[in-house]
Amino acid sequence: MDADATLLARLRDGDEQAFTDLVERYHSPMLRLALSFVSSQAVAEEVVQDTWLAVLRGLGRFEERSSLRTWLFTILVNRARSTGVREARTVPVADAGPVVDASRFGPNGAWAVPPEHWAEDAENRVDAAKLSGLLRGGLDGLPVRQRDVVLLRDVEGMSSAEVCQVLAISEANQRVLLHRGRSKLRQVLESELGGGPR
Amino acid sequence: MSFLSGLLRFRAPAELPCQQVVEMVTDYLEGAMSAADRRRLDHHLDGCPGCTEYLAQIRETIRLAGRVTPDDLTPEMRTELTDLYRRWRNEG
Repeated sequence: MDADATLLARLRDGDEQAFTDLVERYHSPMLRLALSFVSSQAVAEEVVQDTWLAVLRGLGRFEERSSLRTWLFTILVNRARSTGVREARTVPVADAGPVVDASRFGPNGAWAVPPEHWAEDAENRVDAAKLSGLLRGGLDGLPVRQRDVVLLRDVEGMSSAEVCQVLAISEANQRVLLHRGRSKLRQVLESELGGGPR
Repeated sequence: MSFLSGLLRFRAPAELPCQQVVEMVTDYLEGAMSAADRRRLDHHLDGCPGCTEYLAQIRETIRLAGRVTPDDLTPEMRTELTDLYRRWRNEG
């Protein structure tokens, strides 16, 4: 049995520790995700709590056609989205423009200020806690839909298919959001590790 | 095959500017690119240390993002969720 199936069996058996494990693992990313659909921390917390209750009540009906994680996040996003709609919260449209500032390139489109070398060296130069803090800050600074996609893909490690299902977006849209979000996170690291405008 | 299409087929691909490459990296990593575009990009990367580093930095960004751990729950949240679980247990 895989980890999901084991956890599911324990949950269905009424194992409180299994629920606690699930909550420790997913509550905070769910809260982050909910926050991008609703107006306040308090409302987001309510949405996540409602989601947990819906998950518990739905355990008997869950057919394992998707992973437990995908199911959790899908329930969450559906609830957060409908709550956001009731609140008439509008989401800003995607930003446009190049992902690397045009001033970094010459008139022929070749690098004028190429990236400095740090790709294999980041963890030797900056300690892990600081890198993690930088990335958290970077994620918080992303436009919400980009943040959702990067959070699910790169932080949670979901596949593009899972992310498209959870957020109900197309593969193409997912790629655009991922592209912009990742590019900005790279910039955050660059500003610490070297290269580009300070 | 006409003479013209034969000529076009063997024409060297136009040089890809770095400024365009940075906009293509996600499609490249996601495998969402035609074989022809992929070859063009690979060809560019072979000769461009700047774009090679850029792509490596994007890969490193993805790897480091995967190490970001979830925030700890506050004790209040833990209590509320344990209560919620016990309420649910008593529903059944």
